[in-house]
Amino acid sequence: MSGPASFAELLAAALIVLGAGFALVGSWGLVRLPSLMERLHGPTKASTLGMGAMLVASVVWFQLGEGEWTTHELLISVFLFVTAPISANMIAKVHLHRLRTGEASGGASEPAGPAGSPAPPPGSADWATHEAPHQGTPGDFAGD
Amino acid sequence: MIRRLLPHPGLSALLVMMWMVMVNDLTFGTLFLALVVGVAVPLFTAPWWPGRPKVRFLPACRYAALVLWDIVIANFQVAAIILFKPTRDLRPAWLTVPLELSSPEAITVFAGTISLTPGTVSADVSACGEYLLVHALHAPDPAAEIAKVKARYEARLKEIFP
Repeated sequence: MSGPASFAELLAAALIVLGAGFALVGSWGLVRLPSLMERLHGPTKASTLGMGAMLVASVVWFQLGEGEWTTHELLISVFLFVTAPISANMIAKVHLHRLRTGEASGGASEPAGPAGSPAPPPGSADWATHEAPHQGTPGDFAGD
Repeated sequence: MIRRLLPHPGLSALLVMMWMVMVNDLTFGTLFLALVVGVAVPLFTAPWWPGRPKVRFLPACRYAALVLWDIVIANFQVAAIILFKPTRDLRPAWLTVPLELSSPEAITVFAGTISLTPGTVSADVSACGEYLLVHALHAPDPAAEIAKVKARYEARLKEIFP
């Protein structure tokens, strides 16, 4: 391509730089933040705005620049948005579990972060990760 | 009759839209196939989703727009924290958020929203389903953070899942 850059090119380039910038900051967060729970915050950012901006850049490029109808990039971000919280939640639950088993056996299998261990919720019930499933909790299929 | 044919109208609409977006083609052929999928899938999966909560459509759309906007804003805030805030000034905290929502679907959406907006990750729910455990990257005032999340997201979710 020659000549001055078109509007679509400029917009797509700006979005790619923005997305790559957020992916970089997210990775830097992974390196510099003090412990596991803080580090979880880095990747959530890279996968939301970082990926989002790059995918929107792809839509802008093909839609405005090439004149082709394209939308399936949006689906990638939809699936990312649906799955990212689940993997973050699973990592957090494993962290809670290991904190607890470490405390119970006396040795630390997992160092607690600056926020320490979470306090149990008010009332008699504990956090779900700490409790064995019993009758009537969601996920318990004994009664089905 | 229409109820029998379309047990989950919202899910049908969502499937038609997803199919159109995925096939990446705007023709009547694809639209027809999308409609077939949108009618058939909810029809055959309805028995496995009893007790489906009613979802109010317009508030749900407004909520999605609000969350997208908040994700953008919060991304910049968290990027600033990562780049410029020294670790000794960081105040990570566990937040115990009391839940007023009761349906599992609503609580899932609430927890997902909290995880998606950078700066907070939902970690666990209490066994009784009345509290949500959230980790915040920087919360000098945990009570204010809890109040903000409840007012901004939970109040709106209560409208969507009446």
